[in-house]
Amino acid sequence: MSAIKIPVGPQHPALKEPAGFSLTLEGERIIDAEVRLGYNHRGIEKAAESRNYIQDLYLIERVCGICSHTHVTCFIQAVEEIAGAEVPPRAQFIRTIIGELERVHSHLLWLGVAGHEVGFDTLFMYSWRDREAVMDILALISGNRVNYSINTLGGVRRDIDADQARKILALLDPLIERTEYYIKIATNEPTFMGRLSGVGKLPKDVAEKLGAVGPTARGSGVDRDTRRDDPYAAYAQVPFKVITDNHADVLGRTIVRVFELLESYKMLRYLVENLPEGPITVKVPRKIRAGEAVSRYEAPRGEDIHYVRANGTDMPERVKIRAPTLANLASIRESLKGGFLADVPIVIAAIDPCFSCTDRAIRIVAGRRAETLDWLQLREYSIDWYKKRGIDLSRIGK
Amino acid sequence: MPGAELSNFLGEKFPGVVSNVTIPRERRVFAETTADRLVEVTRALKEWGMVNLGTITGLDSGEQFGIIYHFYDAQGLVFNLKVFIPRSDPRVSTVTEVFQGSFLYERELMDLFGIEVIGTPPGPRYPLPDDWPAGQYPLRKDWSGLPPQAEKKPYPSEGENRR
Repeated sequence: MSAIKIPVGPQHPALKEPAGFSLTLEGERIIDAEVRLGYNHRGIEKAAESRNYIQDLYLIERVCGICSHTHVTCFIQAVEEIAGAEVPPRAQFIRTIIGELERVHSHLLWLGVAGHEVGFDTLFMYSWRDREAVMDILALISGNRVNYSINTLGGVRRDIDADQARKILALLDPLIERTEYYIKIATNEPTFMGRLSGVGKLPKDVAEKLGAVGPTARGSGVDRDTRRDDPYAAYAQVPFKVITDNHADVLGRTIVRVFELLESYKMLRYLVENLPEGPITVKVPRKIRAGEAVSRYEAPRGEDIHYVRANGTDMPERVKIRAPTLANLASIRESLKGGFLADVPIVIAAIDPCFSCTDRAIRIVAGRRAETLDWLQLREYSIDWYKKRGIDLSRIGK
Repeated sequence: MPGAELSNFLGEKFPGVVSNVTIPRERRVFAETTADRLVEVTRALKEWGMVNLGTITGLDSGEQFGIIYHFYDAQGLVFNLKVFIPRSDPRVSTVTEVFQGSFLYERELMDLFGIEVIGTPPGPRYPLPDDWPAGQYPLRKDWSGLPPQAEKKPYPSEGENRR
């Protein structure tokens, strides 16, 4: 049979993010795959060079819509290292709490997307429902659902009070119960496991050779986690296990993520219960002395690396960002090879490539009246919207 | 301390080739080497235990371009190896034969700094678009935007020939 080449993408090959794949097929089998990236290149590294450090915090927070805290924390750690700033322990704990909440909502989001890609939309509905509860807690702590802006040079901008701490702890028990159900599905349910096992094979040696990171690498048995290997923020003080799995396929990546959720809940409980007293920020000069630093951060998708070079002014000389998806794209080519065309969406989705979801409140312009809704009003509004169309959702969730 | 061990190893194996070794903090080592010995040093680092090349950073330092290779080992030690090449002849050898996953990082050097990476595997460019004008390297310090004539219009404006 002769080989044919078909393009997949750049519009939405699997997720709502552009990447172009050129697949060489023999029948239904993929024999080679070429990846074309860069459709989302926005020149943020260049833009960071002409903004001061405070402005850069908000710019770099917008590198990614899901790992927003990841990027800004990774950047700020490098700047604080150059400036020699000692971030107070309470601020380190709060950063870690936000980081783990971010991981929880990101993994739940991924689980839903994976369910959707394999035709298991009930899982998508369930896990995105649970994710909403996490987003609400993030909004409660930081004021924002996505770009939390909790960080500032030398610490964090907002404290966590006793009431918020209580609400975080109250969130954990129902989440643990539901996640245990997802673990049951991922490790026992025959159709789900049958759909994922053997799909998107990535042997351990290939994952190591190509520098795969995060759950993609750990799902192939590569025991690597920046939180343990190169601890930052409060991770050196928090007990946790690094989850690995030896399936080396999409099932392995799924198992790693669902078990990581449980680890994150444990860490969140520990962090909230052992939150140290003290200040949440120290003063850092606006001009950062000349120097350079490399910072690493375990994002939900894998290791994020930032390099920052300061030149003594209030603007950085160079900011280099290596997001985890870039490290994983080299391995996607290998995991597509030998698989079926129909498996392309789930194999691409299995590395959890990053995309944005930044909706919080909407402005409805009716005539000349503009109005901003908060989250509860938005819920009411959507329930009413469906009611007018004959669908009553108001009893759900009561 | 692994940082000091690495520094000793490099001092013994590459006297005079790897210079300016500094250890600013735990798990961080910086050093410098020359472009002609880069691949050899990279190979030795892999044998020493560097499991991955995290990324490659390009730097515009005026007369020279700096390239930083960020290696790390399985225990979290990060080794940042710098190479300086002249701006007038910006060329460096590929390290993809040692760390295969690094071709995308080399593509970034090529597109954003205009550094020629000798021997990097063929493939599509990254990250700039296919119709990006030649000779425009955005991360060079003297670059401040595309020249007006190089900016393309996505659609012809009104009155122009729509063919």
